[in-house]
Amino acid sequence: MSYQATKTTCPYCGCGCNFYLESVDGRLVGIVPDKSSPVNQGKLCVKGWTAFEFVQSPRRLQTPLIRKNGELVPASWDEALDFVAGGLKKIVKESGPRSVGVFASAKITNEDNYVLQKFARAGIGTNNVDHCARL
Amino acid sequence: MAGLAATFGSGAMTNSIDELTDADVIFVIGSNTPTAHPLVATRLFRARAKGGRVIVVDPRGISLRKQADLYVQHKLGTDAALINGIMYVILKEGWENKAFIESRTEGFDAFRAVVDQYPPERVSQITGVSEQDIRTMAEWYAKAEKASIVYCMGITQHTTGVDNVKSLANLSMLTGQIGRESTGVNPLRGQNNVQGACDMGGLPNVYPGYQPVLNEAVREKFGAAWKAEGWEVSLDQGVGLTIPDMLHALDHGEMRALYVVGENPVMSDPDQHHVEQALAKAELLVVQDIFLTETARMAHVVLPGCSYAEKDGTFSNTERRVQRVRAAVKPVGQSRPDWEIIQDLSNRFGYPMHFESPARIMEEITQVTPQYAGIRFDRLEGEGIAWPCPTLDHPGTRFLHKDKFVKGLGTFFPIEFKPPAETPDPEYPMWLTTGRAHVHYHTGTMTRNSPTLHAQMPDGYVELNPAKAREIGVEPGGSVRLSTRRGSITAAAMVTERVPADTVFVTFHFIEANGNVLTNTALDPIVKIPEFKVCAVRVEAA
Repeated sequence: MSYQATKTTCPYCGCGCNFYLESVDGRLVGIVPDKSSPVNQGKLCVKGWTAFEFVQSPRRLQTPLIRKNGELVPASWDEALDFVAGGLKKIVKESGPRSVGVFASAKITNEDNYVLQKFARAGIGTNNVDHCARL
Repeated sequence: MAGLAATFGSGAMTNSIDELTDADVIFVIGSNTPTAHPLVATRLFRARAKGGRVIVVDPRGISLRKQADLYVQHKLGTDAALINGIMYVILKEGWENKAFIESRTEGFDAFRAVVDQYPPERVSQITGVSEQDIRTMAEWYAKAEKASIVYCMGITQHTTGVDNVKSLANLSMLTGQIGRESTGVNPLRGQNNVQGACDMGGLPNVYPGYQPVLNEAVREKFGAAWKAEGWEVSLDQGVGLTIPDMLHALDHGEMRALYVVGENPVMSDPDQHHVEQALAKAELLVVQDIFLTETARMAHVVLPGCSYAEKDGTFSNTERRVQRVRAAVKPVGQSRPDWEIIQDLSNRFGYPMHFESPARIMEEITQVTPQYAGIRFDRLEGEGIAWPCPTLDHPGTRFLHKDKFVKGLGTFFPIEFKPPAETPDPEYPMWLTTGRAHVHYHTGTMTRNSPTLHAQMPDGYVELNPAKAREIGVEPGGSVRLSTRRGSITAAAMVTERVPADTVFVTFHFIEANGNVLTNTALDPIVKIPEFKVCAVRVEAA
C-alpha cells in the first residue's frame, strides 16, 4: 500500500486555502488542511473538506466526444482535435478570425489560461476572449 | 474591477486577507462572507474578538448579521445612494482626512458637489435605512484608526456595478482608509482563479498583466514574444467581445464558432433560455470540461480536461497570492491537462507551441507580465507570492497603494444614484435577488457530484418571507412558481425572515430550478456585468 499527501490549493472560492490531498494506491481518500497556510491556517469549510469527492465521480468525462447523427459519441483524441482544428481553420478562412470566440475560465490554472489566450490571439487572431469574471 | 482600476490604477483586492484581523472597523457590503468566503469570515470574527467593530450591510438578513455590531438592511440596488449618504455625514461633521485628499487624490470638488445632494433624510427615503444608522456608519468608519471595506457580487452584479465600486473607493479616499495595513477596498473574488484568469489576459481588452490591446507598443511586444517558426502572427487590432456580446453575435450570425473551456454559460449567465438559443446557432461549439455540463450537452465536440487534483500549475487567489497546484493522482480515463489539449489543438491548427511543462509556461508568463516577473515555480514553495513581484529577489506585495496609487493620484468620481434596470410593477410586483448556498458552488458541477455536499442539499429552493407565504397560501416546503419577463421556475419554499416580505431569493446551483432562467440581461454599460442581483418577479403557489 502506498500513501501519499500532496500539497495543493482548493478549487472552490477565491480564498485560496491550502490542503494536502491524501491518496492510497493512486486513489484519493481524504483531505488534511495545511496549518502553515497564511490563508486558512489549518482550517477548511465544508466544501474544502470534501473537495476530493467530485474528482473520482463516475460521471467524469473519460474520452473525447463528437456529435454524430445528433448524438455525442466517444472518439479518439486524434479524431476530436483534427475535427476542431479543421473546423476552426475553415471558419477563420471564410469569415475571418473575429467569427470565433473563446471562453477562458476562472477554474483552470494560470498556465492553462495563458496558453488559451495565446492560442486565441496569436493563433486564431482574435481578441474575443472573456471569462466569467462578471458572474 | 474596472471601477477600482479607474480610481486607483489596479483592479484587485488592495490588502491581504489576514490584515482584516487587525482592523478596528470592517464595513461589509454585498458579501455573504460566511457562505461564499468562509475563511475570510473567520477574520471578521477574530477582528471582533479583538475589539474591532463589524458593520454588515445587505438587503438579505444573512447570518452574518448576528455577528455584526451594526446590521443595516437597505433596499436592493440602492448602494450608491447609501454610500453617498455616509459620505455626506462625514463631510458635514468634518471627519474627512484633509491631508490625504490634498496630497493623494484628484477630482474632489466635483465629487463633493454630488455628495452634497445626499443628506440623510433623502438617503433614508431611497434606501429604507434610518438616519441614525447612516450617521453611526459614518462615524465608526471615518473615526477608526484602521477601517477596511469588504465587498462582493452584491455590489458588482448591478447595472450600476462600476458606480457602486467607485463609491466605495470614494469612501476610502475621503477618510484616508487606504494604502495602509488593515485598510483598503477589498473585493472578494468568487472563484479560485478568477484573479489569475484576469491576470493572464482572459479578457477582451487586455493582454496578460492588464496591458491594453489598443496600445501599439504593447501589441508589438506581444507580436514579437509570440513569434513562431512557420507562422505569421497577426494580432487583432481592436478590443474583442465580452461574453454577453459573444452570445449576441452568435444569435445574430456574426460569430460562427465558440470554444468554451471550463465554463458553463447555460447555467451561469442571465436569461438561460436566451443563452441556449444563442449557443444552438453556433456552427461549431467546442466544450472542454471535466463533466458533461449543461453547456457541454449542446456541443459538437466535447474535450475531457482533467481536474485540479490531476495537474500541475498555479492559481492566484483573491489577495493576488500566486500558489501552486500539484497533481496528486493520475488523470481519469483519457482526460488531459487543459494546457496540453490547447497546445495540441494549436499545433494542429497551424500555430506551433512546444511547452514541456507548466513551469516552462510560467517562465514565458514572467517574460511578458511585469506583475509576475519575479515569480518562478521554485519560489512558490511555502506561502506563495502576492503580486506585484517585479524581480527574482522581491518578496511580493502585501498591500497596494502605499505612499502612492498605482496610477499616481487617486481619482474621486461623482456618483449619482440610479435605480435598477427593472423594478416591480403590477404584473411582476416583487423583487428577486440571487446568490449562493453554503454547501454548493456556482453551477453545481463540482458540488452536486460530491456525495457529502449533495446529501446536505439535494434540491433547489426559494427563500420566501413568512408573511408572503401566508398571503399566497404556501406552507414551508410547498411548491412556489416564480415568473419574470424571461421565464419561469418552480421550487420548494424555504420560509424565512432572511428576506423581506417584498423579496424572494434563489440560487443558480440547480438546473431544475435555475435562478438564471429568471435573471435580467441588462448590463453595466462599462464592464458589461449583468444585473443578477435585482429584477422584478411574480410569486405564486404552484
